Amino acid sequence: MASQEILREEPSRGSFVNDPRIRSLFFQTLVVVLLFGSIWWIVQNVIDNLHRLHIASGFGFLKGRAGFDISDTPIAYTSDSTYGRAIIVGLINTIIVAAAGIITATIIGFVIGIGRLSQNWLIQKICTVYVEIFRNIPPLLVIFFWYSGVLAVLPPPRDSYHLPFGSFLNQRGFYFPRPVWGDGSWLILVALVVGIAMSWFVARKARQRQMATGQQFPVFWTSAALIVGLPLLAYVLSGFPLSFDLPKQSTFNLTGGFQVKPEFLSLYLALSCYTAAFIAEIVRAGIRGVSKGQTEAAAALGLRSGSILRLVVVPQAMRIVIPPLTSQYLNLTKNSSLAIAIGYPDLTATAGTVLNQTGQAVEGVLIMMIAYLILSLVTSAVMNVVNARMALVER
Amino acid sequence: MKHIAIGILGVATLGLMASAASAGTLDTVKAKGFIQCGVSTGLAGFSAPDDKGDWQGIDADFCRAVAAAVFGDGTKVKFTPLSAKERFTALQSGEVDILSRNTTWTINRDTALGLNFIGTTYYDGQGFMINAKKLPGVNSALQLSGAAVCVQSGTTTELNLADYFKANKMEYNPVVFEKLEEVNAAYDAGRCDVYTTDQSGLYGIRLTLGSPADHVVLPEIISKEPLGPAVRQGDDQWYHIVKWTYFALLDAEELGITKANVDEMKNSASPEIKRVLGQEADTKIGTDLGVSNDWVVNIVKAVGNYGEMFDRNVGSGSPLKIARGINALWTKGGLQYAPPIR
Repeated sequence: MASQEILREEPSRGSFVNDPRIRSLFFQTLVVVLLFGSIWWIVQNVIDNLHRLHIASGFGFLKGRAGFDISDTPIAYTSDSTYGRAIIVGLINTIIVAAAGIITATIIGFVIGIGRLSQNWLIQKICTVYVEIFRNIPPLLVIFFWYSGVLAVLPPPRDSYHLPFGSFLNQRGFYFPRPVWGDGSWLILVALVVGIAMSWFVARKARQRQMATGQQFPVFWTSAALIVGLPLLAYVLSGFPLSFDLPKQSTFNLTGGFQVKPEFLSLYLALSCYTAAFIAEIVRAGIRGVSKGQTEAAAALGLRSGSILRLVVVPQAMRIVIPPLTSQYLNLTKNSSLAIAIGYPDLTATAGTVLNQTGQAVEGVLIMMIAYLILSLVTSAVMNVVNARMALVER
Repeated sequence: MKHIAIGILGVATLGLMASAASAGTLDTVKAKGFIQCGVSTGLAGFSAPDDKGDWQGIDADFCRAVAAAVFGDGTKVKFTPLSAKERFTALQSGEVDILSRNTTWTINRDTALGLNFIGTTYYDGQGFMINAKKLPGVNSALQLSGAAVCVQSGTTTELNLADYFKANKMEYNPVVFEKLEEVNAAYDAGRCDVYTTDQSGLYGIRLTLGSPADHVVLPEIISKEPLGPAVRQGDDQWYHIVKWTYFALLDAEELGITKANVDEMKNSASPEIKRVLGQEADTKIGTDLGVSNDWVVNIVKAVGNYGEMFDRNVGSGSPLKIARGINALWTKGGLQYAPPIR
């Protein structure tokens, strides 16, 4: 800045060709013109060539009848629905598997990451082996491992494994009873919401009291009692309105109940296991990044090792952990497009089918790219908010 | 992932292609010295690599026939294996010159996709295959309500399947894969009860399963699947060369011209045979098409006539042993009929 100020004040020496301000303006304008010029040229060429090759273009095809079925439909979808809806079904499936994967990967990652720093030799080695195995295998192979290696060798539907609570496991997936909500079951939901709200309130009060008086309150057990106990009470009071739809054997498959298909299971397990290995390393780095003096100071204050980890080390480690964690979440979301190899109908698979049935590759690929871009930007935005709240607040 | 790559490549190619009209496909093919032929990733009888890595099958041989017509040499072909999803983008973007990949001819593909199908090299229909050992008592497709059905994505098969079950008020769980091998593996492992694709394909796939004798193809044919090669629109010369290669194969069979007797037939007394084989004085039939006048001789020398091609790949001379049926010549009660070469 300083040098520019000085230059600006100097009187122009001769030709403006030598004026640095005009020069920089000239080159910047040139770059912008070239950039937008080439984008315009490419877009124009695509349109010209599509016309020349007699390929249909535009996004009108999204309103057409899809005509194909999708195996996992979180929202109502039949072959009579539109291509646009088929793509949305795929997008929701991607979001479901990514969200489930992110939660599980984070939990596994934190456990393994902390485990690698454990004093216990066995736990430490097991966690190390886990990280080294999953970090060094391509995610596609991990998916195939779960799909072909684990789930496909399960028995056929007729010889399903019977698990507790009327659930079954076979090569067509995991079946469990689906709750059927009867009359008055809204009371249970209300009770659950009230229980959660009260727990939050109790936790807040307990913290305030501890700050003021130093006395502790068993927050965990109180919350657990509230969250489980209140809905249970409502269940009894409203006259047991809940019943279960059990999976039953029919000619080909088990019918009824709720089915989690092996395609979803293997993708979800593979993405969780794979990403967890990276998260574990990030967590370990974060904990290692907290100065040893902090631990020693906390120990000197008389805190136990669990409390040191929970109250002193992890909160500080989180500041180091969250930014790289965001990248891992984005990776997991994008890796979910490997679903296509095992036939889970995610965004890539359904949009790919639409692309092929309509032949509109340019539009199809554009929709996929924009959808993944938006997903990633939203994830980043959420993680940036979390990061801002975790960041060191200087007083 | 690969179809995305091809999609992006297609977009990039379309974007960077000079807007000036490019040279015709025939000139491009002649300049590079071979025909790039889009085939399946491996379907016995149609296009599948043999133990030496050479592509065999009706669809592969058809490309050899075109190469023979253009170059006088049936070996000047390079094959690009394409999944069902990749095939149209590959042809549209110019990555392949001919798509000869058991592809069904539909109006949507002729119009919205910008393709030109040149004819029907194999009349097929969609069927169902089940494991009779695991499902005793099932002998009709109408008993399949509630079944898990394996199907390849991005095909007409996938659409016919939805229509058929809807029309018959039956339910099913689609188990959809992108690649044929993945569908085969899933069906073989028991992930689904039913395999559906074109009947010819079912017979071919059955041979590759663990124990072929356990599997039966159900009698119902639920659709018309005219399979044929396609080219890009906007290049009439190339379209005619590919189309008349197909007709030449049929006319050769009709006139009794075979791989073995083609040289003798050149001296035949029949003016029609002489004309087809380019032996007429001052003939311009071949050169008007854009190839040499002995193009039919070259085609038959390379792959034989249509009947020989059929028998060798899917018929009595192959493990598939599919009867000619509606694929017989019109003179023998089938549907294969070619306009005259004159």
